[in-house]
Amino acid sequence: MDLFEFQGKELFKRHGIPVPRGIIAQTPESARAATEILGGSSVVKVQVQIGGRGKGGGVVLADSPDDAEAAAERMLAEGFGGRRVTRVLVEERLAIAQEFYAAILLDRATGTDLAMVAAEGGVDIEELARTKPEALRRLHIDPEIGIHPYHLRGLTGALPPEARDLVENILAGLYDVLTREDATLVEVNPLVLLQDGRVFALDAKVTIDDNALFRQPELEMFKSVHPIDPVEFRAREAGLQYVKLDGQVGIIGNGAGLVMSTLDLVQQAGAGAANFLDVGGGASADSIATSLEVVLSDPNVRSVLVNIFGGITRCDLVAEGLLEALERIAPAVRIVVRLDGTNADEGRRILEDARHPVIVPVQTMLEAAKRAAELAEGAAA
Amino acid sequence: MSILVDDTTKVVVSGITGREGTFHALRNRAYGTQVVAGVTPGKAGQDVQGIPVFDTIADAVDATGANTSLIFVPARFATEAILEAADSELRLIVCITEGIPVRDMARTASYLRGKPSTLVGPNCPGVISPGRSNVGIIPGEICAPGRVGLVSRSGTLTYQIVHELTQRGIGQSTCVGMGGDPVHGIGFLESLALFNWDPETDLVVMIGEIGGDDEERAAEYIAQEMTKPVIGYIAGFTAPPGKRMGHAGAIITGSRGTAQAKAEALELAGVQVGRTPTEVAALVEAVLS
Repeated sequence: MDLFEFQGKELFKRHGIPVPRGIIAQTPESARAATEILGGSSVVKVQVQIGGRGKGGGVVLADSPDDAEAAAERMLAEGFGGRRVTRVLVEERLAIAQEFYAAILLDRATGTDLAMVAAEGGVDIEELARTKPEALRRLHIDPEIGIHPYHLRGLTGALPPEARDLVENILAGLYDVLTREDATLVEVNPLVLLQDGRVFALDAKVTIDDNALFRQPELEMFKSVHPIDPVEFRAREAGLQYVKLDGQVGIIGNGAGLVMSTLDLVQQAGAGAANFLDVGGGASADSIATSLEVVLSDPNVRSVLVNIFGGITRCDLVAEGLLEALERIAPAVRIVVRLDGTNADEGRRILEDARHPVIVPVQTMLEAAKRAAELAEGAAA
Repeated sequence: MSILVDDTTKVVVSGITGREGTFHALRNRAYGTQVVAGVTPGKAGQDVQGIPVFDTIADAVDATGANTSLIFVPARFATEAILEAADSELRLIVCITEGIPVRDMARTASYLRGKPSTLVGPNCPGVISPGRSNVGIIPGEICAPGRVGLVSRSGTLTYQIVHELTQRGIGQSTCVGMGGDPVHGIGFLESLALFNWDPETDLVVMIGEIGGDDEERAAEYIAQEMTKPVIGYIAGFTAPPGKRMGHAGAIITGSRGTAQAKAEALELAGVQVGRTPTEVAALVEAVLS
């Protein structure tokens, strides 16, 4: 789960990392009021979980409450990067002397934590990492040992001497966020040295491990402010992995790898997938029925491809689930079904006996992709 | 020979009295695997259709000579089962459990470094050497004994490709489902190295997917060390690009991670990459004939 900047900063504060004074606003009027409280000027920052805000007009320096109100109004009305925006963060303006970069993340290549610090921060950090890799100090930290003062000294070695102690404290705080809040990424860009000598985290990017939410009940609450599509919500409640895409072939499969492969095959057959849907292991008749309803709720869908390779999942239950769903809904599109693996013969027989007019049984995955693509094209024409 | 599991494998199942644990322990035994013990704290002295249950792995090892751990316990207790198995110095630990917090896994992986145990998983389908031993949840009936090694990050996609091989009469020495979690035990690299030394493996199929850079690192190994042909498959050419948070991930992986980058890295290393599971099986057939 990716946190919004204001949520990340909430965690930063808890772990002693200095952040600018800020107020969350959900209306232009409250952005104005917040700016008045902050002394008449502010920075208005759109709250979305994607990068590129600075370059894309998502961060506005407001010289007056009027400016702040106008900026908030635009952000809330227009959204950002194609996403709906429900909140802006209104922060105090600070006099910045220098910008740095700091991040700690779980490095999957080594299974250890990787801390990185650069004396140059800002929007071009990836460019810097490519062209001047030595400018980015990197250190791996064994999660069994944790972060130690010698790590901190090593990481901050290229920073201005007057900033080093403060940045070391912040890095220790970031490591705390990583380990105590079950984060997999904490990133501050920029980390700023102010003209008065203080060091602040001007931004906060934090990703929390979904698998650990059971022991982080407070973070689970952060989830509720995320705007979520009702169809995706329904899928999630049923334990389905569903992602909407823009093609016309609805996809249902079991296992992420097999579903991704199915998407690829549909494209090779000349069509596009309307979604990614993984029913997971041990799918029941009920979850198959819900999957079909979720996929068919997308008006762009012109055909559906069900691709199941039964391991834990039993193909007879999948077949029953499909027929059950078809009693509840009468789709206007054909459903291509390919079953293999555990109880595949029973599953195929159930479909054959039912002779349902919308079901098109096929033998192989390749054939299924071709047939579904043809049907989508035929239906669209 | 085969790798990781064979006729000498003796399995102790952690979580054997749970629904999944019972089902798969019995299924593995029915396949011919020596499932010699189970562990569920507080249930020592019971048995699951003749498989004795112990309170600890150490007790199970003392009583039965188990040398391989198979783990089905829930996510919040699973790393403890891995540590327990490592402390009993079992040679192989296969963790099927999905949903383990990644920090728990990072600490566990750190502890395992330098220990004699090999970990497979977590969040994986397990390991099968067809005709000899099945440790995990891969359906035995889709496999056949033979000389193709297979290693994969995926579950059902593995079954698909194994199935296509078996249908063409191409059997497998060992199939390794390494799992897709960010921090995991055995990877492509270690599996390829084991297959490279296994006299009963002639060719290796590796099945990757988007994310991470395990495939790219495997490609470097293949180019330098691998003496046997490798056929590859990568899923996710059309998968939606994950929304990206921050720069840190991009800084450490660069352009790695996409299906395109992985396929290109493998091809540069001399690996033939099939565009569909069917093409993978056809490539294997062509190389072997």
